[in-house]
Amino acid sequence: MTNSPFTPGIAPARLPEEALARNFTDLHAPLDGHEALVAADRCYFCHDAPCITACPTDIDIPLFIRQIATGTPEAAAETIFDQNILGGMCARVCPTETLCEEACVREAAEGKPVEIGRLQRFATDTVMAKGVHPFERAPATGKTVAVVGAGPAGLACAHRLAMHGHSVTIFDARPKPGGLNEYGIASYKSVDNFAQAEVDWLLKIGGIEIKYGTALNGDVTMAALQADFDAVFLGMGLGGVNALRAEGETRDGVTDAVEFIADLRQADDLSTLPVGRNVVVIGGGMTAIDAAVQSKLLGAENVTVLYRRGRDAMPASAYEQDLAASKGVRFIFNAMPLEVLGNGAATALRCEYTKVEGRSVQGTGETFDIPADQVLKAIGQTLDGAPDGLKLDGGKIAVTGAGRTSLSGVWAGGDCASGGEDLTVTAVAEGRDAAEDIHMQISKA
Amino acid sequence: MADLTSDFIGIKSPNPFWLASAPPTDKEYNVRRAFEAGWGGVVWKTLGAEGLPVVNVNGPRYGAIYGADRRLLGLNNIELITDRDLYTNLEEIKRVKADYPDRAMIVSIMVPCEEEAWKAILPLVEDTGADGIELNFGCPHGMSERGMGAAVGQVPEYIEMVTRWCKQYYSKPVIVKLTPNITDIRKPAEAAKRGGADAVSLINTINSITSVNLDTMSPEPSIDGKGSHGGYCGPAVKPIAMSMVSEIARNAETHGLPISGIGGITTWRDAAEFMALGAGNVQVCTAAMTYGFKIVSEMISGLSQYLDEKGMSLDDLVGRAVPNVTDWQYLNLNYVTKARISQDDCIKCGRCYAACEDTSHQAISMSEDRVFEVIDAECVACNLCVNVCPVEGCITMEELAAGAMDERTGNVVSPDYANWTTHPNNPGAIKAAE
Repeated sequence: MTNSPFTPGIAPARLPEEALARNFTDLHAPLDGHEALVAADRCYFCHDAPCITACPTDIDIPLFIRQIATGTPEAAAETIFDQNILGGMCARVCPTETLCEEACVREAAEGKPVEIGRLQRFATDTVMAKGVHPFERAPATGKTVAVVGAGPAGLACAHRLAMHGHSVTIFDARPKPGGLNEYGIASYKSVDNFAQAEVDWLLKIGGIEIKYGTALNGDVTMAALQADFDAVFLGMGLGGVNALRAEGETRDGVTDAVEFIADLRQADDLSTLPVGRNVVVIGGGMTAIDAAVQSKLLGAENVTVLYRRGRDAMPASAYEQDLAASKGVRFIFNAMPLEVLGNGAATALRCEYTKVEGRSVQGTGETFDIPADQVLKAIGQTLDGAPDGLKLDGGKIAVTGAGRTSLSGVWAGGDCASGGEDLTVTAVAEGRDAAEDIHMQISKA
Repeated sequence: MADLTSDFIGIKSPNPFWLASAPPTDKEYNVRRAFEAGWGGVVWKTLGAEGLPVVNVNGPRYGAIYGADRRLLGLNNIELITDRDLYTNLEEIKRVKADYPDRAMIVSIMVPCEEEAWKAILPLVEDTGADGIELNFGCPHGMSERGMGAAVGQVPEYIEMVTRWCKQYYSKPVIVKLTPNITDIRKPAEAAKRGGADAVSLINTINSITSVNLDTMSPEPSIDGKGSHGGYCGPAVKPIAMSMVSEIARNAETHGLPISGIGGITTWRDAAEFMALGAGNVQVCTAAMTYGFKIVSEMISGLSQYLDEKGMSLDDLVGRAVPNVTDWQYLNLNYVTKARISQDDCIKCGRCYAACEDTSHQAISMSEDRVFEVIDAECVACNLCVNVCPVEGCITMEELAAGAMDERTGNVVSPDYANWTTHPNNPGAIKAAE
C-alpha cells in the first residue's frame, strides 16, 4: 500500500485491502435460523397492525412474521412478494426506522421495534437462495406494454403486468438493470451483487424483455412507444442533478454524489477508487449520507456533511445520521457553501452559516473555510428530459390515481413521478399499482 | 435474612428445596454436587428390587415443548427407575448421608406390589441411614406396564396396602408420591393417609406426547420411528400440580396431611405459591435439569427476601392461601369489576380489541387513531383483555364500589356477599331465613 488516509489530495488505496473488504461487507448481517425465530417471536401480531399501514407496499407484516415463527419462511416470502416483488432489496435498503419499524408498537413500548427489515430479508433470502420464483404467469394476453426504466418502479410494474399475461419490453439507458438499486445504493446495503441477482430472479416470471443502452428521447421516442405498444409506463427516475450555484463549482474534485456512489458500486476493485483526504458532502438526504459514509470507509481522513438547515429538518433519518456519526462522519448544520477554493483543484470550501425563517434559508454573513479536496454534491436530482406533452408538477411528471399521466395510455411511477417519497419501496408500490391500472385498461379494450 | 430451616415430618433440612427423585439424584456424584450447590435435600432416584438391573432405551428419552427463544416450558421422559445395581445405590446413599448429615436424604422405592418385595428392600434402605422413604406410585411409563408406579397409584386400595407394609417394616417417615393421571387426586391421598403415610408428595409426571415428527410420523422422543407416552413435567404442569396440592390441602379427609409440592417449580416464587397452597416443602427437577443446580441460590435468596418483606416465617407461609381456595358456588356474585385500559401505558397493539371483538363480548371500542376503550355496558369482566395485553399493568380490573351502577346489568352493586347457592336462578337455591 502506497497511500494512507493522510495522503494529500484525491488518492486511491488509502486503506489496506482487508480493511476495505471489511468496511464494505453487509451493514446488517443476515439473521440465522435461530435468530430469526427469536426476532419473530417478538411480534405481537397486532390487530390492524400499524406496521402494515406504515409500509408503502402494504405488506402483511404480522402474517409473514408469524409464518417465519412457525417454520415456513417460504410462505412468509410469498406474503411479502405478493405485495412487493422487490421485497429482497427493500429489506436491505428501506429506511425501516421511519416506516414499519417506527410504527411497531414495540418501538412505543420499549424503543426496540421488531426487526421487520431483517426478518423480511430472512424470508426473501430463503426463497431466492432456492432459486424458486413463487408466481406463475397467466396465459399470454397478446397485449404489449413498454416500460421505460429498469429501476424499482419499472421492474415492479413489468413483473405485475407479466403475471397478468401481458408482454413487457423494458427500455433502459444503462448497460445493467436495477436503476438506483444497482447504481444508487450504498455498497454495504447490497453486497454480493444482490441487485443483479434479484433482477435475474424477478425475470423468471417470463414475458419480460429488457433492452439496455436504450434511452428515451434518444434511441427510442415517446411517439414510437405509444404507437407500438398498448400502454407505456415511465419509470426512468431522476437523471439530472441540481447545480450547486456556488463559485468554483467547476474546479477539479467537485463531483456529483450519485456519480461517486455509482462508480463505487460498479468497481471491481475498491482499492482503485480515488477518494479525497478531506471530503465535504453537501446535502442532507440519503445520498449525502451514503456518499459520506462510503468516503470514510474508503479511507478519507476527514468527511464532513454540510447541510443548510438544522438537524431536525434533515431528510436523512436519525438512524442514518447516527450510522454516519458512528463511522466518523462530522455534521455541520445550518451552513451553506459559498465558494470552492483552490488553484485548479479544490483545496477548501468557503461556507456561510445560515438562519432558517420559515421556508427560506438566509446567510448570516459569518463565513468559515473547511479543507476540501473532494466536494460531493448531494443536493437533489431532477427529472432530465421529460417527454414533450406531459404535464409536470413540481418538476416531476404529474400523475393522478394509480400513476396516470396527462397523456392517455401513459402511466408513470417512481422518482420521476409526482407524489410519494423517493424511496425504493414507494417506487415499487407505484409501479405495481400502475400495472394493475394498466391491466384493467388494456384488458377492457 | 429469613430462617429457611425446614422441618418436614420431622426431617430437617437447611431449606425447603429438595431435588425430586429423577435423573439429577441417580448417583453419588450428582447428589454431592447438589449438596455443594446448596440444596436442602434430595429424594434419591427410585430404587427397584434386587436382581438384574432395569434396562433403559438407548435412544432419546426426553421430549420438549418450547416457548420463545427455545425456553423450555415442558419436558417429558420415558426413562425408567434407576438402572444401576441396588447395592451400588445403597452404598452411595449411605456414604453421602454420612458426609452431609444436615441434609435431607430420602430414598425413593418401587418394587412389585407384593409384601415380600417390600419386606426385602426396606431393611436395606433403613441401613443406609437415610431420613425417610418415598413410594413411587407415580411413574406413568414403562414400570406401570409391569404393575408398578402409576399402576399402583391409580388404585387407592393398593396405595393403602403398600403404605401399611412400609410403615410396618420401616421405622422412619414414609412419603407417598402420587400420580396425577387419575380423576380425583383426593382419593389416592386419602388412601395413603389411611395406610399411615406421614406425607404425600405430588405431582408425578403426566401422560404426554410432546410432539409428532411430521416427516416420519413418529411421536417424539422417537425410538426407531416409534414413540411411547412419557411423563410430562416442567413449568407447563405447574397449574395442574398446584390445583391438586390445594385439593388435598382443603379436603376434610386429608386436611393437615403434610404435602411435599412438586410440579414445574422453577423459581422461589413458584415454591412460595406451592407452599401457600399447603405444601410443607417443595421438590424440584426440571428446573435443575434445564439450568443446573445453581438455581437453588436464587430460590434461597428470593424466598428469604419475600419472607423478610412480609415479616413471615416459613411456617407462616405454609397453607396461608388454602382458606381462599373454594368451590365456584361460593364465589361472590356481587363482586363486579370492569376492565380499565391505561391510555398512558397502551402501546396500541389492538390485541385486546381483537380478542374481545372476535372471541368475547364486543366490549372494547377502537377509534381511527387506535385508541382502545372499554364499553362498560358490554364488559363482563372476563379478564381476557388483561391476559392478552403484552404490557403488564396496562389493563386492569377495577372493582365497582357498592352503590355504583353496573351499566351492563342495570343493577346497583350490592355491598352484600351473595353466591350461587342463594341465587334466584339456581333451582336448588337454599332459601335464606325461611
